[in-house]
Amino acid sequence: MEHIVIIGNGIAGVTAARHIRKLSDKKITLVSAESDYFFSRTALMYVYMGHMKFEHTQPYENHFWKKNRIDLVKGYVTQINTQEKTLEIDGTPNLKYDKLIIATGSKPNKFGWPGQDLDGVQGLYSKQDLELLEKNAPNNKVCKRAVIVGGGLIGIELAEMLRTRDIPVTFLVRETSFWNSVLPSGESEMINEHIREHHIDLRMGASLKEIKPDKNGKVKSIVVEETGEEIDCDLVGLTAGVTPNIDFLKNSGISLGRGVKVNRFLETNIEDIYAIGDCAEQHEAIGNRRPIEAVWYTGRMMGETLAQTICGNRMEYNPGHWFNSAKFLDIEYQTYGWVFSEKRKKENESHFHWRHPKEKICITIAFDKDSKIVLGINTFGIRLRHEIFDSWLSEKKTIDFVMEHLTDANFDPEFYKRFESQIVSKYNSDFGKSITLKKKNLKRIFQIA
Amino acid sequence: MSTYNKNMALTGEPPKSLSIGQKLAVFMGTSGLGILLLAVFNFSFPNKTLWLTISLMALTIGIVWFSWDAYSKKLPGIKNDGVWFKSISSRGLWGWIAGLALTGFYIVLYFYPEYLGLVNDGDNKGVIALFDPLSKLLNGNPASQWFVYGTLYTVAILAFGIKFLWKYRHNRYERLRTLSVMFFQTGFAFIIPELMARLNGHKILNGGSLPYYDLKNIWPLNYYNFEGYRIKMFLSSGEIGFALLIFGILSIFVITPVLTYKYGKRWYCSWVCGCGGLAETAGDSFRQLSDKSTFAWKVERWVVHSVVVFVTLMTTAVIYSYLGTDTSKYWLTKSTFLIGVAVLLTLVFGWAMIFKREQLQKDAKYGAIGYFVIIIALIGFHFFSGDGEVFLFKSGTLRKSYSFLIGSIFSGVIGTGFYPIFGSRVWCRFGCPMAAILGFQQKLFSRFRITTNGGQCISCGNCSTYCEMGIDVRAYAQKGENIVRASCVGCGICSAVCPRGVLKLENGPLEGRIDSNQILLGNDVDLMSLLNKK
Repeated sequence: MEHIVIIGNGIAGVTAARHIRKLSDKKITLVSAESDYFFSRTALMYVYMGHMKFEHTQPYENHFWKKNRIDLVKGYVTQINTQEKTLEIDGTPNLKYDKLIIATGSKPNKFGWPGQDLDGVQGLYSKQDLELLEKNAPNNKVCKRAVIVGGGLIGIELAEMLRTRDIPVTFLVRETSFWNSVLPSGESEMINEHIREHHIDLRMGASLKEIKPDKNGKVKSIVVEETGEEIDCDLVGLTAGVTPNIDFLKNSGISLGRGVKVNRFLETNIEDIYAIGDCAEQHEAIGNRRPIEAVWYTGRMMGETLAQTICGNRMEYNPGHWFNSAKFLDIEYQTYGWVFSEKRKKENESHFHWRHPKEKICITIAFDKDSKIVLGINTFGIRLRHEIFDSWLSEKKTIDFVMEHLTDANFDPEFYKRFESQIVSKYNSDFGKSITLKKKNLKRIFQIA
Repeated sequence: MSTYNKNMALTGEPPKSLSIGQKLAVFMGTSGLGILLLAVFNFSFPNKTLWLTISLMALTIGIVWFSWDAYSKKLPGIKNDGVWFKSISSRGLWGWIAGLALTGFYIVLYFYPEYLGLVNDGDNKGVIALFDPLSKLLNGNPASQWFVYGTLYTVAILAFGIKFLWKYRHNRYERLRTLSVMFFQTGFAFIIPELMARLNGHKILNGGSLPYYDLKNIWPLNYYNFEGYRIKMFLSSGEIGFALLIFGILSIFVITPVLTYKYGKRWYCSWVCGCGGLAETAGDSFRQLSDKSTFAWKVERWVVHSVVVFVTLMTTAVIYSYLGTDTSKYWLTKSTFLIGVAVLLTLVFGWAMIFKREQLQKDAKYGAIGYFVIIIALIGFHFFSGDGEVFLFKSGTLRKSYSFLIGSIFSGVIGTGFYPIFGSRVWCRFGCPMAAILGFQQKLFSRFRITTNGGQCISCGNCSTYCEMGIDVRAYAQKGENIVRASCVGCGICSAVCPRGVLKLENGPLEGRIDSNQILLGNDVDLMSLLNKK
């Protein structure tokens, strides 16, 4: 029986394993050094906040793996012998594979800051990071202040987590406004306000110069590059993005860039070895995507695709319309298609923006200046129906069409206040149009002929 | 993890710690309870009206003050911080103490009301006597243990309802739903029946007396509604009595199916029902304790449907026992009634088996066939044996065992007493025959579903953790599949706690409702069609 070995039990590896099992009878082994069972990485924050226990983050009951004949091995892969097709786990060569899938995910970026390896300096990615955080910042007596470096999605989550334990947080963001390399300015500014509402000391245009130790080699303070200010703290959270976790592959003969280099079939340069998820790097970026996509959904999609290839139906990784979501403290964010920030926006991309006069709710629609075709949408505090927006993007609907049918795309819970009419009237006044909003239509929403 | 949190301290670090205001509020609430407890031990209060008012006010203000302190300082949003750190909400020592105290209260309430001070012929004593002034004010009679219970129940739904309203102040679905259960409890379960009791003997009822009737309490939850003594009371109370009897019958055969078709069983279970009302308000802090395992789901299906069979047999036997045999006196006789029951059951069974076969799991089919055969065989016995009893047991025995096992032990002692151990909806999930019947319809014939939003699920598990009915919501959401489960009461919390906007409770066309298309959007179309293949 063909033996498929998967390194990494995150969403990419586990999805591949599940789909290979659905399609075939092959022997499947999942190797992980991080945890006994698959858990949802994105849910680690809720364990620290006390919303869930760690076991709640595990999407399958423990008997699932045996029932589906997916063997679990706990250990760290130290070396791969691609000639013999064997793996060395924790120094002992003991696992032979026929096909190997590398799905080892990411690790937090460290940019060579002085003091970046001190006690009390950490990222937030793995289960071990969570355990470390519980040690470094159990309460506001042990951790009198935390400094978070890097204004992205993990940074704001870490800030939210620490605030639930009343730990004062200083948040260093290199950009002039939160996440404004990705978000258009109106949205980014709204999030700035919200971060401050949560009593987080947000410093923009501030980067880390160095981390200073006390006499025991523990963090004592940090120094801000731009101002030279020294801030006393007991925890430094490094959340300036992630990088593929592939150090163990050096010298394996597998071609590496920042990540494991793969073609559109997710194949590496060596036959029978594949890479998926955060650690895979496309030779050429697909569309507007980045060559490395460290996102939950793309990890899952790569796993689904590769399972087809492994089971005899060789298939390209061919993702559809981009989508993503996040939550900034209390504000939910969803995006479909592409809305670029002012910095990265292309010549032909035009934006329509609406923000609620009082509440933290806003929406931005990107469309082509000339053809008026919608390129993407960002919403904050409004949920959208994925299926509807996906089909509008496929059908290349114009912004006028989207405005007219905006109500169909709403996915907020029943009885929520609706803002479509305000949005459309702002659109009409911005662009001199006279669009009238159509009523919600179940036939259109559920796509019944 | 088998170890539990033995820490009883009310202090601790944030988010576990209580503020000074909250500590004072706890003290105030406890002193309200303390007055009731003193009354139980026959401490004689000089002015009952005054002390009852003080006690109920202290309880209410304590709860409301505590919640105000907890939520007013926070921005609106999901704030489940520290739920699994706090002893009371994570099956810690406080949880067990609360569970035992509640269980003890229910045992005394159901089986030893004399310890609460109930005196059948004479003046009440103890805590029941403390409630006499309020009871006399409302219905003109001295209090009973049920009046005490009803009052405390209503106070709990109102006070914890206010807590819930603050906790979910950003969510209009939750707010409206909670206002609705608060209204139905106060009006329909508490005030109207008490006032109706004042009409007894009045000429408007032709001098008759109405049975105690909470109008929103529908058979089979209200398993005793069609018992002989109640029918007599309805029929002897003029047009009003007759109308109420008809309303009771229409409730189960017309109103319920229509509303459940349109909105799912939530119209009842989380908007109207008193048991649901208590679970959603006072029980909200315990919703995360429900068991999400597939094993628990299996137990749930067998137990709750067995209760339906039990209540059907029991009610049939009870009605049968007081019907006559002479068709010339009244058209509804023992035989016509049994034939009617058999025909109705056969129609429902046949409809499900013929038209909805694919939607039933294997064990559901076996169970349905088994139970159907048993019921029909038992009805058949009657016609062949003709010994005056239906179902081998005396109807009185069936009725008594049901009222003891299901009515008291299951719904009260276990269902509510064990809130802090098994979660807030144990009764609704494992025991309530009304929920089972509504659930059967919700699964097979309703427009309600929880829609999963394409591929946005990140499998975090908040939805499953906070599902009071123990539904593993995530198992469906992460596959891109809609959630259509018989047990779902539509509380909407899964949708509220979802950080990625994946879930929406809604009513839509039956077509494509259950299986939807199972799409995880984002993939290319070819792959999607391969994944959707089964």
